[in-house]
Amino acid sequence: MNTTDTSTPTYRRAGQDLWQFIKSELKPKGKLLTPFNIISAPIILVGLVLIVLRFTKGLGATTNLNQEFPWGIWIGFDVVTGVAFAAGAYIVTFMVYVLRMEKYHSIVRATVLNGFLAYIFYAGALALDLGRPWKIVNPIIGNSFGVSSVLFLVAWHFLLYMMAQFIEFSPAIAEWLGLRKLRKILGTLTVGAVVFGICLSMLHQSGLGALFLLAPAKIHPLWYTEYIPVLFIVSSVFAGMSIVIIEGTISHRVFRHQISAEHHAKHMDIMVGLSRLAAAALFVYFFMKILVLIHGMHWHELLTPMGYLYLVEVLGFVVLPFVIFVLGAKNRSRKLLLSGAIISAVGIIFNRLNISVIAFKWYAPVHYMPSWIEVVVTLAVVLGEIWAFRWVANRMPVFMESPQWVKTLDTEVEHPVPVGAVPVKAKKL
Amino acid sequence: MKTTRRKFLQFTGAAAGAGLLLGPKNTFASVAHKDNSQQYAMLNDTTRCIGCQACEQACADKNCFPETDTKPEIGTQRSTGTEALSVINANDTSKGIIFSKTQCMHCDQPACVSACLVNAMYKTDEGPVIWKESKCMGCRYCMVACPFDIPKFEYGSLNPKIRKCVMCFDRLGEGEIPACAEACPQEAILFGKRGELLDIARKRIYDHPTEYVRHIYGENEVGGTNVLYLAGVPFEELGFRTDLGTIPYPEYTKTFLYSVPLALLLGPAFMLGLRQATKGKNDKD
Repeated sequence: MNTTDTSTPTYRRAGQDLWQFIKSELKPKGKLLTPFNIISAPIILVGLVLIVLRFTKGLGATTNLNQEFPWGIWIGFDVVTGVAFAAGAYIVTFMVYVLRMEKYHSIVRATVLNGFLAYIFYAGALALDLGRPWKIVNPIIGNSFGVSSVLFLVAWHFLLYMMAQFIEFSPAIAEWLGLRKLRKILGTLTVGAVVFGICLSMLHQSGLGALFLLAPAKIHPLWYTEYIPVLFIVSSVFAGMSIVIIEGTISHRVFRHQISAEHHAKHMDIMVGLSRLAAAALFVYFFMKILVLIHGMHWHELLTPMGYLYLVEVLGFVVLPFVIFVLGAKNRSRKLLLSGAIISAVGIIFNRLNISVIAFKWYAPVHYMPSWIEVVVTLAVVLGEIWAFRWVANRMPVFMESPQWVKTLDTEVEHPVPVGAVPVKAKKL
Repeated sequence: MKTTRRKFLQFTGAAAGAGLLLGPKNTFASVAHKDNSQQYAMLNDTTRCIGCQACEQACADKNCFPETDTKPEIGTQRSTGTEALSVINANDTSKGIIFSKTQCMHCDQPACVSACLVNAMYKTDEGPVIWKESKCMGCRYCMVACPFDIPKFEYGSLNPKIRKCVMCFDRLGEGEIPACAEACPQEAILFGKRGELLDIARKRIYDHPTEYVRHIYGENEVGGTNVLYLAGVPFEELGFRTDLGTIPYPEYTKTFLYSVPLALLLGPAFMLGLRQATKGKNDKD
């Protein structure tokens, strides 16, 4: 993301024509020929062509999925990992709106936007994987409620949580479009959406893990445990935090001109706070992994090839990032925090792929490997999300200050004039 | 008043959401155990099978599939596919070559049914597990869940279907028996009521203790299946999975599903309480 755009975006002013404004906002902002764009644009274009191919030629022609391996990286990475990466939104909103940790207020919008887009793009990739996508509304419309299915819950929670996240982010859209009355209404919905959103989020973070509870005989015993849902929730905490740290560090550079001086000064404090939380979650996760290992009594498996993979995951991607986060927080080192976040994010990809793809049917003589089409489409989805994020951040108050009128509006909401009270001015007259 | 209304909305929203997910009654009734002795079932006696593939042929004819061109051979594992819902394998065992038939086991509490989010996989009251084309969205979770790897997906099609043996459910409705059972010249495939077939199986073991191992595969596996097997050698030798346990698959996700309404009811209350508790002097609300 190399936007070297220095023009400060303007929001719609009172009286400005709405459609004219939206039209003018659709134009690209900033330089087009940046290294990031030059690399990402072709990948996205190829990805789009491949998506068309997938729908015209079928899953068999475009993916390496087969009767033995019905789920590949479109589920294992795009959906299962993508949702873990979107966990930052529920954690940061929990800290800010439930625990009232005002320190983190400045990153709420970027995190929620990232979470919302991650859901749209990554979970949207699910539609690519569906063999009969025209039936996608079946779990939502009546008479087909498979209520004993974990996937049914996950689908509903996806839908409801996307709505909750949209409501959480919607004040920014209203501010961008200068819709004052709407902004006032949307602002009052935030806490409700946040509280409901956190519950939904925790349930489907764990729900994605619970999906695999139905495959006890197919997932390697080192990964299969009845505690998969709990492990998924706990690991979603550091997955989400790592992405917030990575996104925050990059955004801090890319959108530098949009960020207020005050936020700049606090940025390091925020990153240190988040990495402490990530470290705590990693520690709890490690502890639980050990408990599960002891409880499951599968030590002898540790000295097999799959066991080495397990050790790499637990030592290299749980213990190591924990140590780096602790050191990084102690020394307030941006580099250490970023590397800790990257390692733990890679660890999450590794863990989720292990459960959904690698350790799934580890005994099969010929194991699934994604086709190049699956990989390029996945890359295109990730890059597409970054493009969408940048598009929104360059236009709406995500990093930038909200327009001035919002402050007056918020004060009004906080200290409402009682109905029927005589206005102060009138008294003087 | 202002905050009361907001709180009211928050709580009703949460309660409505929880209610929605709690909503349809008998959520877990489908996994509750009921008497299945009167359900349709099949008993495959591997000691009688001669590997003639007449059942495969009948199955292909019934479903309009092309004729199979492979024969059961030792060393090659044939598996069911989108155009072969039932296959015969040859196994090299301690008692020589023994043939075994593979098809859907029609579990009493099927993993595929509990996996399916749109009720496309459906356990009929009569016993067979069927698939409903109008409902399926092609997510293939049934394939992930099935311990026997039975559901097969038409990857090459733009209107893909899930293919699996449905115990010739349409033929049963017309008073006929499944095509494979009808075609078998050896009476190795018996069709009947599950309870009666279990009695027959036990009697065969009792009458011929040297010919059979004392194990009816499917009696208790994954909570019991409507396809039962008899064999003269331990079932591992026939390539059967004997590590699946006797717990019905829906049980594995039951605890999680129970916790969902609980979390949706208690979560919002807990968080709003927490928000109230952390309220400072200058905070709104």
